[in-house]
Amino acid sequence: MFEPVLLKNIDAPDGHVLATYEAGGGYQALAKVLREHTPDEVVELVKQSNLRGRGGAGFPTGMKWGFVPKQSDKPKYLCCNADEGEPGTFKDRIIMERDPHQLVEGLAVSAYAIGAETAYVYVRGEYVKAIRRLEQAIAEARDKGYLGAGILGSDFSFAIHIHCGAGAYICGEETAMLESLEGKRAQPRLKPPFPAVAGLYASPTVINNVETLACVPHIVMRGPHWFRAIGPDKSPGPKLYCVSGQVRKPGLYELPMGIPLRELVEHAGGPLPGRRIKAVIPGGVSAPVIPKGGLDVGMDFDSLAAAGSMLGSAGVIVVDDSTCMVKVAARIVEFFHHESCGKCTPCREGLNWAVKVLRRIEAGEGAPGDLEQLEKLCKGIFGNTFCALGDGAAMGLRAALAHFRDEFAAHIEERRCPFH
Amino acid sequence: MSMREKIEEAAARYPDQRSAIMPALLIAQQEHGHLPGPVLEEVADILGVERIWVYELATFYTLFHTEPVGMFHLQLCDNVSCMLCGSEALLKHLETVLEIRKGDTTPNRLFTLSTVECLGACEMAPVMQVGDDYHGNLDTGRLDALLDRLRAEAGQVIGADLADAASPGE
Repeated sequence: MFEPVLLKNIDAPDGHVLATYEAGGGYQALAKVLREHTPDEVVELVKQSNLRGRGGAGFPTGMKWGFVPKQSDKPKYLCCNADEGEPGTFKDRIIMERDPHQLVEGLAVSAYAIGAETAYVYVRGEYVKAIRRLEQAIAEARDKGYLGAGILGSDFSFAIHIHCGAGAYICGEETAMLESLEGKRAQPRLKPPFPAVAGLYASPTVINNVETLACVPHIVMRGPHWFRAIGPDKSPGPKLYCVSGQVRKPGLYELPMGIPLRELVEHAGGPLPGRRIKAVIPGGVSAPVIPKGGLDVGMDFDSLAAAGSMLGSAGVIVVDDSTCMVKVAARIVEFFHHESCGKCTPCREGLNWAVKVLRRIEAGEGAPGDLEQLEKLCKGIFGNTFCALGDGAAMGLRAALAHFRDEFAAHIEERRCPFH
Repeated sequence: MSMREKIEEAAARYPDQRSAIMPALLIAQQEHGHLPGPVLEEVADILGVERIWVYELATFYTLFHTEPVGMFHLQLCDNVSCMLCGSEALLKHLETVLEIRKGDTTPNRLFTLSTVECLGACEMAPVMQVGDDYHGNLDTGRLDALLDRLRAEAGQVIGADLADAASPGE
């Protein structure tokens, strides 16, 4: 029987307060690492756990930490990516609102491991409740000596600051987030240098997602072997899945990494009464759509990649047979067009063009050759932009065109939307 | 605490004052409701940074408003999860009952109606943000009840303002 750890306090009425967190063993991981482990040993524990970043890319967390130079004449920074702008995704908001100390402790342990004394949590500005809860948690932790100077009698000092975003999806891209933190327009930076070497204020910087950091105290307390024993060996651990869309019980589910998509949708109650599932977007709208025939895929980084999609943010959106896929595709590409930072011409101009063609097709005004035009646009965007925003849009559109070509063609041939 | 003091307190969190522009703009917007040119310049002066840097941010990020918005900014999410759960019908309903189109403000300046990209609350789709609060699992009935509550709240605020204005002369 799988035992949830990340969500164990979520339904407690006072899950956000220090007393609740401490009663469940909270801050013991911080005390343990300060008492028993060197920073290098903590990095090693995380490497052994094979924790892969939960923000979307799935990069091994311990390896990322290991890139931070040991000796640096500049301060090291830890940045928490809590921008969470990927449509279909809400896991980090729920952690911050209902169990924020889990993040605070994760930040403290991780900062100790990489040698940072300052962390910035970049939270999207819309998340007012999460920001307030996190502020309260930071204040409580500081009062109790879990943050501040000489934590728990050690020589480790650490401060956490919250930085509110202001409505730009691109800030979820790590280098754009650093630009934003430095008070600039959020446009991605060329890599290398990678943030671990030259990140915030050109200093060594580690950027981790909320859920990634929340896993760290559990790895310390339960050991890397516990973590590795859950799910596939190459991407193990407990995982938060956000399920939304046309499903009976939308919500946040903690289940083992690698659970079959079909089983996950069943956990969420399955399709609405009288409806059948047509497709599922498995990892936020950047992830290529999976048609109903592909629902037996495992929900982990490698299985989804092998199936032509990706785990991304694990924002699972269920689409049933009442919905027009041209409309879904158009809305997704419209989102990427709206959120393009404008730095790269293929993304800025190509997505604008794609939206116009898609909306025309949806309205029954499509022309022969439109689908080939869309494919050409995808080819022009994919791989030709600084960051993955353009790639995400192109991959999503390509998958919709490949799996639901008959629906696109019907719109053009019948000169109307068959669903209206 | 004055706006200047709040901004200076926020700026102390960063080694570089430029980083404090976004927090400062959020503070200034809370103070003034929106961010006209003179406010942007005041923010730049308080932080001692280039004015163009402040303009660059105020016009890039969607949560900053350089134009006034109504007392209640209704921000309806219409991204995929909300769209699948009926946000289109809710937008039509709001446009009908408020007698404005998306992007507009009611003539009494009570409501501004916008659609926004994902609010990150897809488990309670369709969702709308009003001020600091999220309202989820909306349908037309719940929307109407919410609008009534906001109108009542506005009446109380306006009533209190009138009482305050009247009191010095009493």
